[in-house]
Amino acid sequence: MPAAPVVRLIGVRKTYSMGDQNLAALDGVDLTLEAGEFVAIMGPSGSGKSTLMHVIGLLDRIDSGRYLFEGQDVALLDADQLADVRSRRLGFVFQSYNLLPRTTAIENVELPMVYAGVTDQERRRRALQALEIVGVPEMAQHVSNQMSGGQQQRVAIARALVNDPSLILADEPTGALDTKSSEEIMRLFARLNAEHGMTILLVTHEPDVGRKAKRVVEFRDGKIVRDLPVGEAFRGAAAG
Amino acid sequence: MRLKALVRLAWEAIVRNRVRSLLTMLGMIIGVGAVVITISIGVGARAAISAQITGLGSNLLIVIPGSVNLNGVQTGTGAASTLTPDDGLAIVKLYHVAAVSPLVGLHTQAIAGSNNWYTGIAGVAPSYTYIREWHMASGRFFTDADEASSAKVCVLGQTVIENLFPDGDSPLGKTVLVHNVPFTVIGTLARRGQSASGQDQDDTILIPFTASMQRVTGTTFVNVILVSADDGKYIPFVQNEIFGLLRQRHRITGAMQDDFDIRNLQDIANAAASSATTMELLLAGVAVVSLLVGGIGIMNIMLVSVSERTREIGLRIAVGARSSSILLQFLIEAVVLSGVGGLIGVLLGVIGSGAVAIFGHWPMAIPIGGMLLAFGFAMLTGVFFGYYPASKAAHLNPIEALRFE
Repeated sequence: MPAAPVVRLIGVRKTYSMGDQNLAALDGVDLTLEAGEFVAIMGPSGSGKSTLMHVIGLLDRIDSGRYLFEGQDVALLDADQLADVRSRRLGFVFQSYNLLPRTTAIENVELPMVYAGVTDQERRRRALQALEIVGVPEMAQHVSNQMSGGQQQRVAIARALVNDPSLILADEPTGALDTKSSEEIMRLFARLNAEHGMTILLVTHEPDVGRKAKRVVEFRDGKIVRDLPVGEAFRGAAAG
Repeated sequence: MRLKALVRLAWEAIVRNRVRSLLTMLGMIIGVGAVVITISIGVGARAAISAQITGLGSNLLIVIPGSVNLNGVQTGTGAASTLTPDDGLAIVKLYHVAAVSPLVGLHTQAIAGSNNWYTGIAGVAPSYTYIREWHMASGRFFTDADEASSAKVCVLGQTVIENLFPDGDSPLGKTVLVHNVPFTVIGTLARRGQSASGQDQDDTILIPFTASMQRVTGTTFVNVILVSADDGKYIPFVQNEIFGLLRQRHRITGAMQDDFDIRNLQDIANAAASSATTMELLLAGVAVVSLLVGGIGIMNIMLVSVSERTREIGLRIAVGARSSSILLQFLIEAVVLSGVGGLIGVLLGVIGSGAVAIFGHWPMAIPIGGMLLAFGFAMLTGVFFGYYPASKAAHLNPIEALRFE
């Protein structure tokens, strides 16, 4: 029996009411992510890609449709069960890193394991390992304001992968970085996908970033307008 | 998430903002300190009062000269020379009077051999030891015959013995000079220690009041008349009888001012107890208000803390914290805050109790039960006032929290 897809969205709708008008952030979205995929969600701001991220990340509930995470219908899970799935099966990377202030890198990386109930010793060992994978083991004892943006984002990525999740969600992970750091972070994501088999879903509006993924899903007004392998998605635009 | 980790997390958050945390705890510190001092004052004052009552003798009434008007000059209470030994003899004949002793006192130098000592000389009746419930250490007390003959005999308190006979010899049979009058030592008094007001009760020489009046002071009046009722329940009756008797003897009629006053020991004790109660109530009020204000202070600072750490809370929810973990994290922070405040309060309370005990001349009481009560109440206040901010944190929307600037 083949493993269930990591994410399966069927006719998902999510509507926000702004005053007297309703805004459909997700307007009938069908999307499947298989294990090992590296997908970029692209689209202009307000197209619904952030809402998609929050829905897939179990931070927001959908209004209608179905969402199966690893084959499990998340509508059937209560708040504590959703928290446990977030802690063990999901990793988040944010545009603004969101490291805890006045806290060392290694303690930041340990945070998801604290909530997953991992023992002290095991936490330390796995956190160090994760920092090595992202290439900043020497930053373990540094607090966030002693690190560059690129280093902070690497620590944040270590935090996302430390519980060996089935999906890493990255929301504009290069949005606050310069070009060089951006490229390094994208190479890191590509390496995590290729060498560690991590399933990665990243949201971006920058074509240069989306180009590093293997599959590109384009959003407009809450709908998927294109869903292509990266080679086809950027055909003809490659020169530009 | 385990409790130890949560407490450490809370402690780190508190230490990060030392000054703010200390100011927040101030209400708790004052509240708990006040509770501890309150209980200590209550216990100490009551102990002092009960020591006072048993120290002075039971069922005691004290007749003192009143304030009199001498050609328009009003003298102070106790200064007048209106009480005589005959007043005492008349009082003995009243119903329910067990014993009466006049007291003629002066402070002067007593000399024995090459040693001398400034002490209080009290001229009293043979019934004095009965009235004051004071036992002899050696020898005998003076008798009615000694009183009748104004015998030059004396009984020494332990402090006087230590100073007049420092080499440890028995003073019995030795001679003590008071105002150049030789008195033979016939007995010594058992050690009594300090009085409730801090006076050394053993620093005294007792002589028959007749000898005192005729041979030492040369006066015809007495300073005080001590009266012992035969039962505590007759004290008001006896007090009333003495009033009537002395007014008659001193020819005081109608609206004329009494030239004497009667102190009832129970009244003194009641007054002391009621002032202790007033103070306790006052401090208890301060304590309750402080704990309340302290609790509100903690709630306020916890709300600030939750608001400051909105992004942190959002992140914790995103990486898998259950809302119960967030609730517990902030609740424990509030409880640690109030608990540390409570501990400091207990410490200050103990120091304050010591100071008050020294000031009030009573044995220091460290009320363990009271301290636990105050500390527990502080923790409860922390839980009560910490719950609202903690619940606010636990129910934040993670998406909005992560966007919060």
